[in-house]
Amino acid sequence: MSIDIATAAKVAKLARIKVENDDLPALAQEFNAILGFIEQLEEVDVEGVEPMVSVTPMPLPRRKDVVTDGNQPQKVLSNAPDAREGFFSVPKVVE
Amino acid sequence: MSETALTKLTIADARDALRKGEVSSVELTEACLSAIDAADALGAFVHKTPEIAMDRAKAADARIKAGDAPDMCGIPVGIKDLFCTEGVASQAASKILEGFRPEYESTVSGQLKDAGAVMLGKLNMDEFAMGSSNETSIYGNAVNPWRKGNSDAALTPGGSSGGSASAVAADLCLAATGTDTGGSIRQPAAFTGIVGLKPTYGRCSRWGVVAFASSLDQAGPMTKTVRDAAIMGRAMMGHDPKDSTSANLAVPDFEAMLTGDVRGKVIGIPKEYRMDGMPDEIETLWSEGTAMLKEAGAEIRDITLPHTKYALPAYYVIAPAEASSNLARYDGVRFGYRAKLSQGDGITEMYEKTRAEGFGPEVKRRVMIGTYVLSAGFYDAYYNRARRVRALIARDFETVFADGIDAILTPATPSAAFELGQDVSDPVQMYLNDVFTVTVNLAGLPGIAVPTGMDRTGLPLGLQLIGKPWEEGELLNTAYALEQAAGFVEKPARWW
Repeated sequence: MSIDIATAAKVAKLARIKVENDDLPALAQEFNAILGFIEQLEEVDVEGVEPMVSVTPMPLPRRKDVVTDGNQPQKVLSNAPDAREGFFSVPKVVE
Repeated sequence: MSETALTKLTIADARDALRKGEVSSVELTEACLSAIDAADALGAFVHKTPEIAMDRAKAADARIKAGDAPDMCGIPVGIKDLFCTEGVASQAASKILEGFRPEYESTVSGQLKDAGAVMLGKLNMDEFAMGSSNETSIYGNAVNPWRKGNSDAALTPGGSSGGSASAVAADLCLAATGTDTGGSIRQPAAFTGIVGLKPTYGRCSRWGVVAFASSLDQAGPMTKTVRDAAIMGRAMMGHDPKDSTSANLAVPDFEAMLTGDVRGKVIGIPKEYRMDGMPDEIETLWSEGTAMLKEAGAEIRDITLPHTKYALPAYYVIAPAEASSNLARYDGVRFGYRAKLSQGDGITEMYEKTRAEGFGPEVKRRVMIGTYVLSAGFYDAYYNRARRVRALIARDFETVFADGIDAILTPATPSAAFELGQDVSDPVQMYLNDVFTVTVNLAGLPGIAVPTGMDRTGLPLGLQLIGKPWEEGELLNTAYALEQAAGFVEKPARWW
């Protein structure tokens, strides 16, 4: 499978990483090198093998569905690039 | 004791000296802080915390005096920048976490703190732990204290825990924390002549450790000796309800298990780890290590791990896939860097510009590869296939352990430390560094790198031992026997 420039642009968009048009051909080439390496996996017979989810065969622990933490808005906002009036602030989303 | 003698101490020796009153934690800490200040050329410590260190050292001295202090009490250590440390910069060597000061402490660094360990500062690493040479860091390279023969070319300390490895090898601290997703503790340990333990997946809590690939990430100690790995490892491990994959198992006293007796243990030598083009020196190191364990009374058995070849390609699907998901949180909203926006830019432009400017090239590459393999139409062909291959790799190990193998001996790295600044235009070449270590992460097993020899240019080389799940104690004991037989005592000549 080969990645063309349009696919590279689509992947960058999906990943929300801005890539300048001039940089797309080199990016596509890097993807192809890595995917070429990954394609060795096609040689492996995986018939009947379940995809591994967790390396340790243990069920996820459960706990009571109760609040265990909270009431610290200052701490939550303390690292925000832009916080106002107790909220995270972002550019206008809705026209 | 002179300051340099103090920084050269092992954890075990420092612990004993502290209890005998031969040295104080304040003296140890001051000695390390001056060693750190004289070693900026190594690029190991990227955020120094001398005030915190002195406060903790004083508290540790009081605690030791009062009696019944834990083993790590008063021991000066470095913390990899991947661990969130309360009020102290924790940016995973990335621009995107510039200025981030966590309001909380990771469980692992918190356990060390509670045990009385003294944090000297934060250590350099590859950005988001993605790299094998510490060259993807926003802070610049960490440098290996070792040099080739008479050459003054700067060598990599390995990665991603390059700063940790450099700091421990150069005696800037007594030990350091590392993390290992595909070899990031063991490869740098081998490149710098120190010991690096990656515990069984689930032993160390991942809570508060900046996530790279959650099903593979595991913290562990990087130390001067196997005994120190036993002591510090025990302090770092343990169940944590805040990490749903943390194992609810008791952590034994590993140090008490170090007898050096490996008589009757069965050591497997996997034929698939004999790679084409492997340097003779690695081959020799491996057979010498095998002979040492045989001499110590272990039984050596040839084994096969048939899917080894597919571990790296499977890893380079699974790790980027998980990274693309984990790193989605860096959006310029809640913490870290936000790009300057132009007139009319909306929220999408904010995300795209922030991530383009905040992530380095290798991180972007992996996030985008991960996005691709998870995207509609490719999920089965890449991601699910890789997870199936992962199951087969784990099964290979289960089979040999069920057949009576106690531990597996392999080289830790395919070469000695290489020069910084080599051509990295082909990312796949760099990925090959993890060829011997990555299988262990995929199978969730414990692995340890032990320095056992030198190459002809005078650089350290290490071997890796792989153990059964949750059997770190037995693995450490086998590593201890290997360490004693190898008698590796060399230190880098100081040039910095």
